[in-house]
Amino acid sequence: MAAKSTLPNMVLCLGVTCLLCSAILGVAYAVTEKPIREAAAAKTSRSIGEVLPAFTSVEEITDGDVTYFKAMADDALVGYAIRSTVSGFGGPLTLLVGITADGKVYNTTVLSHSETPGLGAKCTSDQKFMAQWKGLDPSVATLSVKKDGGSIDAITASTITSRAYTQAVANALDTFRSINAPEPVSTEPGISIDLSGDGTVAPIIINSGV
Amino acid sequence: MNKNIKLIGDGLVKNNPTFVLLLGMCPTLATTTSAINGMSMGLATLFVLVLSNMAISAISPLVPDKVHIPVYIVVIATFVTLLQFLMQAFTPAMYETLGLFIPLIVVNCIVLGRAEAFANKNGVIASACDGLGVGLGFTLALTVLGLVRELLGSGSAFGFNLIGGHDGMLAFVMAPGAFICLGYLLVLFNKIFKR
Amino acid sequence: MEYFLIIISAIFVNNIVLAQFLGICPFLGVSNKLSTATGMSLAVCFVITLATLVTYLLNMYLLVPLKIEFLQTIAFILVIAALVQMVEIVLKKVSPSLYQALGIFLPLITTNCAVLGVAITVVTKEFAFVPGGTLNLAQALVYAVATALGYGLAMVIFAGIREQLALNDVPKAFKGVPIALISVGILALAFMGFSGIV
Repeated sequence: MAAKSTLPNMVLCLGVTCLLCSAILGVAYAVTEKPIREAAAAKTSRSIGEVLPAFTSVEEITDGDVTYFKAMADDALVGYAIRSTVSGFGGPLTLLVGITADGKVYNTTVLSHSETPGLGAKCTSDQKFMAQWKGLDPSVATLSVKKDGGSIDAITASTITSRAYTQAVANALDTFRSINAPEPVSTEPGISIDLSGDGTVAPIIINSGV
Repeated sequence: MNKNIKLIGDGLVKNNPTFVLLLGMCPTLATTTSAINGMSMGLATLFVLVLSNMAISAISPLVPDKVHIPVYIVVIATFVTLLQFLMQAFTPAMYETLGLFIPLIVVNCIVLGRAEAFANKNGVIASACDGLGVGLGFTLALTVLGLVRELLGSGSAFGFNLIGGHDGMLAFVMAPGAFICLGYLLVLFNKIFKR
Repeated sequence: MEYFLIIISAIFVNNIVLAQFLGICPFLGVSNKLSTATGMSLAVCFVITLATLVTYLLNMYLLVPLKIEFLQTIAFILVIAALVQMVEIVLKKVSPSLYQALGIFLPLITTNCAVLGVAITVVTKEFAFVPGGTLNLAQALVYAVATALGYGLAMVIFAGIREQLALNDVPKAFKGVPIALISVGILALAFMGFSGIV
């Protein structure tokens, strides 16, 4: 029933199979490439939409190891969605942290994790834990869990995951500061505005975050 | 026609790949953290199994004996890659959940086993039915195991929570639970069907 | 430091059998006796290391530059199958004694998903404790060897348990694989104690 196992036969058969299969896959790749890219892009923009207020355009920026997205509403800067990976309990924990132009955390979402189901994995479902990141102001809050003297409520029985999550947000804030830092901060005299109305000039304090 | 229906039935119970032949253990244990995940993995394997069985039964007369294994592996790998493309495009979330175990369908002994034991000796239609039967048997086994682990581990079934705000027995959705659940399911299957 | 973390993580925390569920079929198949279990572990260790080296280079210098990463699965499995064949032939010629010890396990290894699993893992997975996230060649090799050692560790421990198990009177329905699976479950429970240390 099978063809004879002579050397030319075998080489021909294997060669033809490999060529044919690669050709089929090449065509299939060309066809599915667009939907695959669209699906990935849809997921990214959905995640960005979750962590930042409404925006009209978004630009992906890669700077060394950090990847972040700069979201604009027309010409105004809405904020940055910063990808931040730390070592969690069960493996890498990757967050997308949305930080608005005023330096506050707007919201956070988990892009990928390998935390323990039912314990650390609650960082994607625990309402109380997730809600505390919304509108978090780093100048007021101390970014560490309460056990370590900070102001973040840890997930019950998942302190390591909570610490990692907090660390990831802190890293994202650091990235945000380094994005903002090089921009010249105007502190020259002359822009000071009389705010108090009593004639004394109070300089505006611009939180450059350093 | 009857013969083909019998082939499908055989795959479900008599030749059930998980409970009787004990093949394809890795995805069985790894992806059954919930009923839905188990079922998706089963269906993904079914897809590859039916197509590779058909293709292999069609080309087997042309393949020299000594290279048949490499040729079959290439054919199977082609369908697996095809499946990867389709899942990435249309069910990206499920593709991420099943992760490594989608490319690993290539080395799932069920697929190569059916090619060797059935598809290279039988016609295209019969091979398709055999693939369908064994694939359904695998899907059934994975769904049942997934359901049991989900019920015990997270207190839900197919994603519907049955125990309110309480936690399940977490060990069952983790690695040890997989081994223990499959062990006890096998005991049950032995009791019922083997006497 | 990261080498140390890779080794601990691969052997204990993410043990390839007990936490990642790879290579279960041979794990259950040849763990009846301590001697065969050791032989299989050595053969797997050998092939995993070699396969990781070759597939890593193949991916880096051929698939990625040509932008045909989508052929990864098919290319890797072909390379592994060819490699196993070659190892078998070379071993037969060069070291007949080693061939006698490992030979019967080699054909089984092509379909051992641990080999393909590790090859794919080192080129795709992100590791949080490695700078940049992806492994370089040296780290990949260390990961492969450590994973194989983890495989051997699980295999040898389990073979020991099974040798004891064989002496016990087990209910009929539990005989063979069911009781083996339940024992692995308990072993996996013990290994869960390592989680979180890396």
